[in-house]
Amino acid sequence: MVHFIWAGLAIIGIVFALFNGTISAVNEAIFSSANEAIQLVIGLTSILIFWLGIMKIAEKANILSALSRFFKPVVSKLFPDLPKDHPVMAYITSNFIANIFGLGNAATPLGLKAMKEMKQLENSEHASRSMVTFLVINTAGLTLIPTTVIALRIQYGSIAPTETVAGTIIVSTITTIVAIIIDRIFYLKKMRQKND
Amino acid sequence: MIELISLISLIAIPLFVLIVLSIGTYKRLPTYDLFVEGGKEGLSMAISLLPHLLGMLVSISIFRSSGVLDYLIELIDPLLTAIHVPSEIVPLALTKPISGTAALAVTSDLLRSFGPDSFIGRLASTLQGSSDTTLYVITVYFGSVGIKKIGDALKVGLLTDLIGIITAITIITFLFG
Repeated sequence: MVHFIWAGLAIIGIVFALFNGTISAVNEAIFSSANEAIQLVIGLTSILIFWLGIMKIAEKANILSALSRFFKPVVSKLFPDLPKDHPVMAYITSNFIANIFGLGNAATPLGLKAMKEMKQLENSEHASRSMVTFLVINTAGLTLIPTTVIALRIQYGSIAPTETVAGTIIVSTITTIVAIIIDRIFYLKKMRQKND
Repeated sequence: MIELISLISLIAIPLFVLIVLSIGTYKRLPTYDLFVEGGKEGLSMAISLLPHLLGMLVSISIFRSSGVLDYLIELIDPLLTAIHVPSEIVPLALTKPISGTAALAVTSDLLRSFGPDSFIGRLASTLQGSSDTTLYVITVYFGSVGIKKIGDALKVGLLTDLIGIITAITIITFLFG
């Protein structure tokens, strides 16, 4: 699936550009976006190193396990395949908390660490059921405060920059719930096919 | 309520660092060694991430700069008008799942052209704030741990994005009409 999307986007783009006369823009985009990717990873590297460093201390000081104990009933329902007392639970929980509070910089390293722990549990090239659930919840983007949007609205002179916050919370809550339901349906369908 | 949440977002990170370091020191843990150990893990994740992110970003930007997206929107415009979807929002809806920076650019363009307090402006703000970039999350999260078979993650993610767009249009129409 990823192969088709990846190659497809580029193939469609280049073919279309040949007929559309935008090939010079495409040529420029190839190099500028490769450069942009490097910049992005450099930005990400600094927060990854800092956060995973701090979180390692938090893990050894048993702060993470205390945090996850509180949310365990919910998180273990969402991830029935994961061992209940494994540190991965704490990383998943703290990733969700960071996302909800709009701390994107903290959420990504925690999420990646959670993925690493899940990978070690399964040790396979295939995405596990828990990984898919985790990803889907992350892409749904549950949030309480859309900081970037509020900043943009202020910049363009909104008289009520925060008036879309309530709508955003409602929409992202609904999409998160829907994402969890769709994920379950897909999983159950797959299980049924396996059993037939 | 919003002020409170802003305050929490502002002090959460420094406060968390303070708590972790204080408890770690109190428990006589080798805090600095642990920090470096965790940091090394972060570094190796970033390195394994780089080719995934670069490949994906290049492919997406070829697609975007070719202008095929604008062409597609023109093509489906009559259909959208028929089902009462404002066509101005379509570029954002199509960009949001594949590129976060592009979506942000589209959102600021919509806010500038239509005004943040217009229907389109409010809808764009809600859409921009209420979902994450599906393809980016999948690339980064799976890329960092070397998962090649991603299961249903992309399908579910894109389906959720579609439902998010429909929900946003419904809710904003309901709230601001």
